[in-house]
Amino acid sequence: MSAQDVLDMSINIALALLSLAFLLTIFRIVKGPTLPDRILGLDMLVGAAIGYIAVIGVKTGYTLYVDIAIALGLVGFLATVAFARFILVRGQADEGGMEDGHELDPDAVIDHKIGELGNAIPKTDDTEKQGS
Amino acid sequence: MADLGTYVVSFLIIVGAFFALVASVGLIRLPDVYSRMHAASKAGTLGSGLMLIALAIYSDDLATITRALIGVVFFLLTAPIASHLLAKAAYAVGYRLSDISVMDEMSKKDEKIKK
Repeated sequence: MSAQDVLDMSINIALALLSLAFLLTIFRIVKGPTLPDRILGLDMLVGAAIGYIAVIGVKTGYTLYVDIAIALGLVGFLATVAFARFILVRGQADEGGMEDGHELDPDAVIDHKIGELGNAIPKTDDTEKQGS
Repeated sequence: MADLGTYVVSFLIIVGAFFALVASVGLIRLPDVYSRMHAASKAGTLGSGLMLIALAIYSDDLATITRALIGVVFFLLTAPIASHLLAKAAYAVGYRLSDISVMDEMSKKDEKIKK
């Protein structure tokens, strides 16, 4: 078994693993359950695509696509930053943020509200200290 | 000696693809968006970085080697920033941690546990 045979075999294995990774990531994008999960899935998809391009470059020797991989990384980064800004501007988290099928526990929601109050109170304390 | 390089390339490609798979399994299995971010940004970056390094070792062309290495550096710089921004935005808007989370260091309620 020559070195080239080993390389061919490992390229095939790597392509199979990457395809599986693609499918699992797409499953997460489709399933959600929240918007940040989907954005994270898209980010991961860009990373897997860059890996795919590298493996294709080793397999075929056609390395022109490496430029495209760099551009893809830039576009993926900017897209994630823009989506993060969009989440911030949209300013609501009414999707529950929990695993699928998990009923929201009323007590937990109340705890969360208390947590928000707890976050708000020290801020007013700070402003009072600055004022006095 | 040329064989050794080919074996290293094979090893790096398989390990990189394995880490990409681990990242996507983590994306499926972990309970909330903040813990999924660990899998996607750390294991995902390592996976594609290793595969680009394998391409740099395999290639004879200096232009391709530099491009692949620049791609690795660029990806290492941008992936943590993107994930951090996404996590900050999701937390600021109020996406909650999973029920099985032990503590939330950014919440005032958990400050006593921290100390």
